[in-house]
Amino acid sequence: MNRILRKSAALAGFSTAVLAVAPSCTKDLDRTPTYDLTTESVYKDFAGYQAVAAKVYSGFAVTGPNGPAATTGDVLGIDQGASDYIRQLWSAQELTTDEAVVAWNTDPGVQDWHTMNWTSNGTPIQALYSRILYEITLCNGFLAEATDAKIASRGLSASETQQVQAFRSEVRFLRALAYYHALDLFGNVPFPTEADQIGGTTPPRRITRADLFAYLETELKALETTLMAPTKNQYGRADQGAAWMLLARLYLNAKTYTGTARYADCATYAKKVIDSNAYGLASAYTNLFRADNNTRATDATGKPEIIFPIVSDGKLIQSYGGTTFLVHGAVAGTADANWKPSRYGIAEGWGGLRTTRRLYELFPDTAADSRGKFQTGGQTLDIASLTTFAQGYVPIKFRNITSTGVAGSDPVFVDTDYPMFRLADAYLMYAEAALNGGGDQNLAVTYVNLVRRRAFKNTNAGDVTLSTLTGDPYFMLNERSRELFWEGTRRTDLIRFDRFVGNSASAIAYNWPWKGGAINGTTVPAYRALFPIPVSDLSVNPNLVQNPGY
Amino acid sequence: MEQPYLAKLRFLLFLLFGLATSLGSAWAQAGGGTVTGRVTDTKNEGIPGVTVVIEGTTLGSSTDIEGNYNISNVPAGPHTVVISFVGYTTVRQPVTVAAGKTITVATQQLAENATALGEAVVVGYGTQRKQDVTGALTTVTSKEFVQGQITNPEQLVQGKVAGVQISTGGGAPGAATTIRIRGGSSLNASNDPLIVIDGVPVDNSNASGVSNPLSLINPNDIETFTVLKDASATAIYGSRASNGVILITTKRGVIGEQLTVNVSQNTSVARRYNAVPVLSADDFRAAVQRVDPTKASLLGSANTNWQDQIFRSAWSFDNNVSVAGAVGKLPFRASIGNLEQQGILKTNRLIRNTGSLSLNPVLLDNHLRVNLNVKGSWIDNNFADAGAIGAAAAFDPTQPVTSGSPAYGGYFEYLQSAGGVPQGNVPRNPVALLALRRDRSSVKRSIGNLQLDYKLHFLPDLHANVNVGYDITRADGSNYVDVNAASTYFNTPRFVNPLTANLRGGESRRYSQQRDNKLLELYLNYSKQFGTNSRLELLAGYSYQDFVRVEPAYATYLGTSPDTVTRVLANRNPFRTQYTILSYYGRANLTLFDRYIFTGTLRNDASSRFPYTNRNALFPAASFAWRIKDEAFLKDNKTLSELKLRLGYGITGQQDVAGAAGDYPYIQRYVLNVPSAQYIFGNQPVNPYSPLGFNSNLKWEQTTTYNAGLDIGFLDGRLTASADVYYRKTKDLLAVIPVALGINYTNQLVSNVGTLENKGVELNIAASLIKQEGFDWTVNLNGTYNVNRITSLGPQVENFTGIRNNNGGTVSGGTGTTLFNYQVGNQATSYYVFQQVYGTNGKPLEDVYVDRNGDGIINDNDRYQYKQAAPLVLLGFSSNLNYKHVFASFSLRGNLGNYVYNNINSNYGAYQGIIGSNTFLTNVAQDAQNTNFTQNSQNRFSSDYYIQNASFLRMDNATIGYNVGKVFSSKANLRLTGAVQNVFVITKYTGLDPEIPNGIDNNVYPRPRTYTLGLNLTL
Repeated sequence: MNRILRKSAALAGFSTAVLAVAPSCTKDLDRTPTYDLTTESVYKDFAGYQAVAAKVYSGFAVTGPNGPAATTGDVLGIDQGASDYIRQLWSAQELTTDEAVVAWNTDPGVQDWHTMNWTSNGTPIQALYSRILYEITLCNGFLAEATDAKIASRGLSASETQQVQAFRSEVRFLRALAYYHALDLFGNVPFPTEADQIGGTTPPRRITRADLFAYLETELKALETTLMAPTKNQYGRADQGAAWMLLARLYLNAKTYTGTARYADCATYAKKVIDSNAYGLASAYTNLFRADNNTRATDATGKPEIIFPIVSDGKLIQSYGGTTFLVHGAVAGTADANWKPSRYGIAEGWGGLRTTRRLYELFPDTAADSRGKFQTGGQTLDIASLTTFAQGYVPIKFRNITSTGVAGSDPVFVDTDYPMFRLADAYLMYAEAALNGGGDQNLAVTYVNLVRRRAFKNTNAGDVTLSTLTGDPYFMLNERSRELFWEGTRRTDLIRFDRFVGNSASAIAYNWPWKGGAINGTTVPAYRALFPIPVSDLSVNPNLVQNPGY
Repeated sequence: MEQPYLAKLRFLLFLLFGLATSLGSAWAQAGGGTVTGRVTDTKNEGIPGVTVVIEGTTLGSSTDIEGNYNISNVPAGPHTVVISFVGYTTVRQPVTVAAGKTITVATQQLAENATALGEAVVVGYGTQRKQDVTGALTTVTSKEFVQGQITNPEQLVQGKVAGVQISTGGGAPGAATTIRIRGGSSLNASNDPLIVIDGVPVDNSNASGVSNPLSLINPNDIETFTVLKDASATAIYGSRASNGVILITTKRGVIGEQLTVNVSQNTSVARRYNAVPVLSADDFRAAVQRVDPTKASLLGSANTNWQDQIFRSAWSFDNNVSVAGAVGKLPFRASIGNLEQQGILKTNRLIRNTGSLSLNPVLLDNHLRVNLNVKGSWIDNNFADAGAIGAAAAFDPTQPVTSGSPAYGGYFEYLQSAGGVPQGNVPRNPVALLALRRDRSSVKRSIGNLQLDYKLHFLPDLHANVNVGYDITRADGSNYVDVNAASTYFNTPRFVNPLTANLRGGESRRYSQQRDNKLLELYLNYSKQFGTNSRLELLAGYSYQDFVRVEPAYATYLGTSPDTVTRVLANRNPFRTQYTILSYYGRANLTLFDRYIFTGTLRNDASSRFPYTNRNALFPAASFAWRIKDEAFLKDNKTLSELKLRLGYGITGQQDVAGAAGDYPYIQRYVLNVPSAQYIFGNQPVNPYSPLGFNSNLKWEQTTTYNAGLDIGFLDGRLTASADVYYRKTKDLLAVIPVALGINYTNQLVSNVGTLENKGVELNIAASLIKQEGFDWTVNLNGTYNVNRITSLGPQVENFTGIRNNNGGTVSGGTGTTLFNYQVGNQATSYYVFQQVYGTNGKPLEDVYVDRNGDGIINDNDRYQYKQAAPLVLLGFSSNLNYKHVFASFSLRGNLGNYVYNNINSNYGAYQGIIGSNTFLTNVAQDAQNTNFTQNSQNRFSSDYYIQNASFLRMDNATIGYNVGKVFSSKANLRLTGAVQNVFVITKYTGLDPEIPNGIDNNVYPRPRTYTLGLNLTL
């Protein structure tokens, strides 16, 4: 009996132990990541703020936290490499126009850019839209943690506080930039701000194109005073020059966005950039698109032409988008007598990007105008098949070679920075605004000739007069194409000049090969001036309304 | 072996021997009289679950899994022990019990009298007599296992169980296996079943350095496989049971058994028996002349069959020794195994050493039952670059293997100029891909548990059970590419100008992974016998499981010369993840008059993967079985030997979103970007923190299952059949779906959305066609019909076509091509493709598709849902024949209604390989001669032309054997077997092999035909 009692006691002890162990284990259910950080641990010091600010910037340059070769990036539902911000933005602005065609027929939806039959389910449209909204969300996440009250609570030093406040202004600018792209491409979009709870379930409200225009105007003007003075910030970071450029572009296209032209405002802000005297036209046009354009795209006095770049680096900032896409895309896939990838500083080309006859014909004398460089050997001028790389001349613009001819740091990932805004654009915007009654027309001639003299090897061989500018309503459109082709403004420019889509006389008068999917170009309905809101977002955000026509 | 689990092993052994010595004196103890004994069948194998009662008293017991029983507190004096079991003749044995003594009754052999239904089956947390089972489950014992060269445990039951689809990922040794029980119930959460080995739920997720985590278990140690299919059977495992549960028990020693030594040796040779249909060198030359004569100058002069160059006949040797028996009262089994298996792809090899030990003594006057299991394995893998398989299909057959120059390892490669640097974007020599790469891993794993089952002295009907287990893995691997390899030629350090450097190429990476999984289970089990044919069993328990995975950071090195490497890439980020599941569960089994059986279970699970508010979920299940045969009106029916109706209902859960969202899907996290994804401010690189998407409302996915089954037997069990129909509906699906943009750090997030249903019928028939002395023949046939359908995906606007995906695979050729689409009303693995237009000659027209929506243009909106990758019907047929000393068996397996995307044809089935480049040629699939397609296009990659019916019938195995009988002066018994695996495949599919689990056929490691000679010696 004693034994039994002992055993029972043992069992009772055992049961008690079980009951004691069990509840104490429930705290084990609160597992938290070991190396990954939480919002609190990220924003605990200046380094954390800086690291997230770097994330916001890198949102334009890299596709995900795990590098270009990882299976997934920040934006899902598309190949990671193709999900790059610049690659998608560029495709929407260039492949839809006469400036660029792409041979690839194996990427989902890429040919739809040319044929203009994109759908609200299309992969590239969804990826572009998602990338822009993702970038805006990154900005909002940072801004929510960078209020004065929150900064104060993190125990930063005075100088660190100042630096975080500087980042805050820059992040607001980057958000404005992304919103500008949303406004330009999609028009009426979701409008999340730092007040929206991230990770919550309430979808953001919708904003109309006109209201978004007003918001951007207010926001950018507010930033004018808080951003650093032109070129006073670290290279790669936004300053007042960047905000002025964005304002100028916003005003330049105000009629498209709101119905009301704002050319005088455009001229004002373009002039601010010019008159800041912080920037200078690079002494050689080609230096703007080379592997060392972060240091060598300057005028004789060392003033940079690039006002705001998206930084690229062959080892540290790798993606299959951006300039890596632009350099590789415009080089044949296999080396032969016409194509030596090493001339471009890369190991191999991707054989994709060419242009149409329209761009080539803008350069009546490609020897005189240093901007009109094309690879013509082995290529045909006309394009019978979009998917054959050998059809269509290939502009020689972006290269992974320095101004002294040395290859970039990596044969796959390119060092060349993408010029989001540069001084020549300011000159041309001022000129166009002035010609539309917003400024001094003689100054416009001066500015246009400044840009053209650089192109014509610092001679006046290409100079124009006021009558040239006023005589041809499309001179500025053409000049922008000559100067800024493949820099991501063509679709917007064509829309502004009413030469993109629709049935107007002006639009019908202008066609290009493969517009609308027809070899000689065809009329495309006017509603395609705006892209559709992807149905994936319409499905989950009841506040949204599809753009007309889709 | 590494320190941690050696230490653990030592500790467990110490614990065991400590227990044995200190408690040894307690074995022969007093306190009432005790009757013990063992019940076996005519083959001397223990029968579990046999009812043993002392006649005229309420004292009784039932036998355990080895057939042992133990009845204590029997009053002194003469008694009669009545041993009865359904399907067997009842035995009455007189005994005389003396107070304080243990009487061991001679082992009783029960002869089958009617049916073979009496086996005990393993169920969650215990065993049950088969006749008492109320849920849908199938047990396969070692006698019925597939024979031949078996590397992975799951191959033992391939095709043997209705409702279970087991597909190997290919012919590589230790290749990953896809197991689906009654179709998948999830979209993005795991669809893998829970696997429990000797009471330890094991980690079945992919480990580094090993393609199949189950390959670390030696199949020779396995005794039974039990597949729990419906919710009433699986609900006791609640949280992880939505996709079914597989219970594996390993072999053990038995008290009183003679010491048995078993030595087995298998030698196998595997051969590739077919080839990817591409053009031969001469056909290719002719094609070039026909299609684009200007390219003839690119042709080489060799005749190389690249597929022959990369494959070989592969030998395997599998040696196993096991010792089982009992030392005194300590039953044990120990085994060691050594497997060396070559893959048919050159350089591919697997070596596995395994050891296992199980001790299961009964202590404390038969009140404490101890089960100690320790299994260890050590695998050395030599992986081969499977990319060589696709490369061999595509490489120009007119080019030679070697170039005659020492550059690039001596292999032929496409160069930018003679003697120059390699071209980019060209195929690489497939032989060089294999020869110049060394990809090795060494993986050690140990699974073990100590289970103590204590029968209370004052209340023998109550058992307390403690189970402490662990599952530890240490993986270490390295990947080294020779500096001469053309494939890594452009890998260069940052500080070197890549185009002028003369030092370049190569790569060396290391990785390792540690997994430490812990288990603690505590339960109380009360069973009470009422009379001879009614029983109540109650179970209540607690379970704690913890999973930790750690991956340290290593630098990648790039080569600078053949002998030195330079560190050039910084560490990637270290990784550690952990999750915990905590559960309470209870079960009640009530058997009335051996005819009406009720089971109810309830389990509460909490998973650390969900936020506090959604962490707990309750999973109930109930089932009922009616043994109609035992009703008075059927009892004397001689034709019908069994008739049982089963009805079940239950809810199970799913929390395994790790594949889609990791272990912390509800927490806002920031990860440090890798060094190649930084940004530069001025000259200062800054490594960003990336915020990740998270779902703070995530909760359990729940699957409700309804099951009805009928078990029927005829002619003394010579013919038995079971049929089950089921309906499973999953709600709150864990799926990666679009989220409203602007309020999360992603555009697609794992969320609870929508519903999915699976409907199916299963049929299992077993027949003993011949049953005579020295001659018997049994066959087994099983069939399953399963169809699934997505019934909701949350809110959708018009024109929302679904959620595109690739069913876990990747399409070769088209960048970002997706072939599948989750769409309401369709199967989860339904293809989403363009409808091909055919010419009057019946051949497909290049890039012409049906304008399905009639809007005049062909775009994404013209895709349609077409067929599916998952089979609709699974069939299995096996036959076992014994005639005197000879035995022969085979097993057949078939899938119907499964479709495969022939990515070999879509990728190489156009003359693009001839006309696409000015500097090299790639081979084309023979299909190009049929279609005359010339170009690759995104739309063509998505044509339904390439979706082919891949229904098949495969003979997995045919074995013939001879029982030599006594050898070595009658000291040993010898058995010889010869087996062929993958004997034939009958299919209409035109690719290499129709069995492609994810439905995308590219780069598949061919499943070889394997011939095995085996000998088995029992001492």
